[in-house]
Amino acid sequence: MTDLVSNGGRFAAITQRPPRPEAVVAAHTRRRYVRERRFKLIGMSAVIVAISLLAILLATVLSNGAGAFRQSYAVLDVRLDPAQIDPSGNRDPEVLADADYQAVLNDALVAAFPDMDDRQGRRALRAMLSNSSALQLRQMVLDDPALIGSTVPVRFLLDDERDQYLKGEVDPSIPEANRRLKDRDIALVDRLAEQGRIETGFNWTLFTNADSREPEQAGLRAALVGSFWMMLICFFLSVPVGVAAAVYLEEFAPKNRWIDLIEVNVNNLAAVPSIVFGLLGLAIFLNLFGVPRSASLAGGLTLALMTLPVIIVVTRAALRSIPPSIRAAALGIGASPLQVVFHHVLPLALPGILTGTIIGMARALGETAPLLMIGMVAFIANVPSGPLDPATALPVQVFLWSDSPERAFTERMAAAIIVLLGFLIAMNVIAVLLRKKFERTW
Amino acid sequence: MKHLAYAAAGLALAAFATDAHARDQIRIVGSSTVFPFSTAVAETFGGKSGMPVPVVESTGTGGGMKLFCSGVGESTPDITNASRRIKESELEACAKAGIDAVTEVQIGFDGIVLASDKSAPDVSLTIPQIFLALAKEVPVDGKLVPNPYGKWSEIDPSLPDVKIEVLGPPPTSGTRDAFVELVMDHGCSTFPEIEALEKDAKTAACQTIREDGGYVEAGENDNLIVQKLQANPNAVGIFGYSFLDQNMDSLNGHPIDGNEPTFENIASGAYPVSRSIYFYVKNAHVGVVPGIKEFIEEFTSEAAFGEEGYLTDKGLIPMPEAEREAMRNSALALTPVNLGS
Repeated sequence: MTDLVSNGGRFAAITQRPPRPEAVVAAHTRRRYVRERRFKLIGMSAVIVAISLLAILLATVLSNGAGAFRQSYAVLDVRLDPAQIDPSGNRDPEVLADADYQAVLNDALVAAFPDMDDRQGRRALRAMLSNSSALQLRQMVLDDPALIGSTVPVRFLLDDERDQYLKGEVDPSIPEANRRLKDRDIALVDRLAEQGRIETGFNWTLFTNADSREPEQAGLRAALVGSFWMMLICFFLSVPVGVAAAVYLEEFAPKNRWIDLIEVNVNNLAAVPSIVFGLLGLAIFLNLFGVPRSASLAGGLTLALMTLPVIIVVTRAALRSIPPSIRAAALGIGASPLQVVFHHVLPLALPGILTGTIIGMARALGETAPLLMIGMVAFIANVPSGPLDPATALPVQVFLWSDSPERAFTERMAAAIIVLLGFLIAMNVIAVLLRKKFERTW
Repeated sequence: MKHLAYAAAGLALAAFATDAHARDQIRIVGSSTVFPFSTAVAETFGGKSGMPVPVVESTGTGGGMKLFCSGVGESTPDITNASRRIKESELEACAKAGIDAVTEVQIGFDGIVLASDKSAPDVSLTIPQIFLALAKEVPVDGKLVPNPYGKWSEIDPSLPDVKIEVLGPPPTSGTRDAFVELVMDHGCSTFPEIEALEKDAKTAACQTIREDGGYVEAGENDNLIVQKLQANPNAVGIFGYSFLDQNMDSLNGHPIDGNEPTFENIASGAYPVSRSIYFYVKNAHVGVVPGIKEFIEEFTSEAAFGEEGYLTDKGLIPMPEAEREAMRNSALALTPVNLGS
């Protein structure tokens, strides 16, 4: 464009003077091609830089987090001695629940390592398994009391530090004093492996458990459920309100100063830092309406506040991109303004609205700052059963694990990032598919 | 579209109706330093009692106190964790909001360590040396001047000839408050030039940390400091003992005044940079929200905060046995805290 304009004078000159030598024209053409190639090269290197940064990020996260999807288990033969668990023999659930399963477990450990039957040895054996193992036995017996009296192989979670050792994260060659895992502990794990009692499997715990202070028991369930409820509430609140507001502003509102003012404010709101919405959520939903602290409901409402201006802005843009001829034609054949909007304009704008909505929701899914104010940056060890229960969110779980001293949380943090990225990619793919499906050209 | 509108209306109604249902879950707020211990106890408490696991929020000591002292009732927390003792002003704020009895439970100690990568030379520091390395203004020839020290060896020839580069927590952190109180304040009191100053000027001289690049605020995340130390063997990091404990294969804690930052030295009080950590219970909530008493019982049991308790695995330094016994009794009796005593 600028080239043509700036050359305008020269073209005008050409018509008056005798034609220039061909070499001059050729040189000029060549310069233009060089410029174009240079621009292409710059653009391409920009893309390469962006892609390689993304690749580095993904590679680090994947290589750090891959280990968290595997977990080592110790398989022990546990003798469920009726004398220890249910001396009276009438299978009273209360008696079964109160039995000393730690003792049952200790016996099973000593049976596997008969030479460790002293106080120190028993401590070392106990430390080998996750501290939930006794509770796991208890649950197993309560679920199926018929097991009492038999000897069953049971798969226990291995303690996180031993698990890290088996994954090669602990270097046994450094001096013992500089390791948390002592030589004796390592020897025990090695013996367990020699006996063929170590199994490695997919880390289901990561998806079935809520947060825990023991890395091997920690999972994302509370965060997944919390994020699900929040997204649901956010969607059902921000989309109808946002689309209605945008349709009114774009199609029906009179053009005056007030509407201009509103428009400027909505655009501003879309760029407000998210922590501000957290403060707003705290003031309105928690303090005024009494929504329980840390509940997904409070989080969903706050995120809806945050997403609303984004949805209004993208919906207005989508509506504006519909050619006025469609509206004129519909009005021309006698449709009312409302019919024009709902029968013609809105369906045509749908792909744009959906894309914007999903991208707005994806942003909300990755948000932690507003959740801080409403108490969702918290340790939640119970899986929430509804939107009123305390819950947390996926990015919050990433944040909490990144700040935990235990090494094993590092890989779990990366795993949580992988899960979060998975959801974000899925949402963006849905956005693309929906746009492809509903897109119409004219 | 219609269905969406109904759903939204339903949700809004649900929001109003929630105040009616009673809370059966303990709510804890407060210090991020106490967070790992509090959550470990919360989980064990939940597993043993079968009650819901308490919700523990990491808000920082000051933020926790604010929430805690906002009033009595379901929407306020039952317990707040603190990496320092409650202040008189905070107790007053509590009393103003109708909270007249608060139980104090000291759970143990937390050491603050100065550590470097394993490949760095072993250096023993003294508190005055650390003060000279980190203060904004230091006394030179009887006058306070902007900190002239660029290398450790300039402070004392026995120290290594490397640039002073300390990674530590930002001012919002409780660890920073404790570091200033335990190291900077003590360090500056050894210099008569500063002792001679007026009270306000003295506090400023003691507590202001240099901003010319010698001290780098590395954020609240201690794991981040650990990673940066591994990348830069010349740097020294300041963080909680539990992070040194978890990373003892790659980090080296510097002895202070000749004492190594070990579990034993912190517990015995020989290592000078350690602080008490606490939690505070709202007495009015005991018996209203189920499980608070049992939670205190679990926290103060030998299995938790004792010598061999599971909290020591998380990096807690236990109190001596007699003090634990006394603390358990006063905690279970819900003796209200009285700072005057």
